[in-house]
Amino acid sequence: MIRHHLILRVITKMLIGPIMLFALYVQFHGDYSPGGGFQAGVIMAVAFIIYGVVFGLATVQQVFPPWLVHKLLALGVLIYAGTGVVSLFLGYGYLDYGAFTPDHPEHGQHWGILVVELGVGVTVTGVMVAIYYAFAARTPAISDEDW
Amino acid sequence: METLFEILSWVLILSGSFFSVVGAVGIVRFPDFWARLHAVSISDSAGVILLLAGMALQAGWTLITVKLVIIGLFLFITGPTSTHAAASAALVSGLRPKEHPGLTGAQPPGKEGGA
Repeated sequence: MIRHHLILRVITKMLIGPIMLFALYVQFHGDYSPGGGFQAGVIMAVAFIIYGVVFGLATVQQVFPPWLVHKLLALGVLIYAGTGVVSLFLGYGYLDYGAFTPDHPEHGQHWGILVVELGVGVTVTGVMVAIYYAFAARTPAISDEDW
Repeated sequence: METLFEILSWVLILSGSFFSVVGAVGIVRFPDFWARLHAVSISDSAGVILLLAGMALQAGWTLITVKLVIIGLFLFITGPTSTHAAASAALVSGLRPKEHPGLTGAQPPGKEGGA
């Protein structure tokens, strides 16, 4: 039972939801305004990292276990590369998004960018959280009495 | 009316910049951690709010103003919180103000929160 950091815990609980929402906004609004997969992935990872910083590594690893993080790392790359391979099988070049809607290439490019950015976002989220886990797991947790 | 808003927004932006610069001078010139934290946290919150208000007047009733209000709310919550976290960590790790070297940060046991 953690009894210290009352203010930080309350503020963190308030902010994690809006941070995730903002990450999704940056992710899916990236083709109209500044943003995209890289920024959105980092912002999404920040939501998990701030939870881990305030509530402890064990708590955040219950929400987002390390095995899932490692699967997500690969899944994002798979989404990215898979998009390219699908367009190859449809008879177009690698990552030629026009392949998805041949009668209206602009729509296909829109969808292609969206899917590829989703892959980038998933991988970047996984990488940032994995780096945080790797660093945070190296130091012993501060016990409640030390505060 | 147009000119009035323009003048008001520039007054807000310039005063916000003034507060930010004062905070920066404070962080360089003040003697110890606590005084620096005091200088930069208060003047920064004031500076950011004034700057955002000035920019909102420049933008008018648009989506940009909504985004500026959201940024302002976020900074209004997170700025004091980060100041609190820095001060709390410094107190716990044994840093004391120059004027009160014997100050203890210990809370009575069983008191919720504290630190």
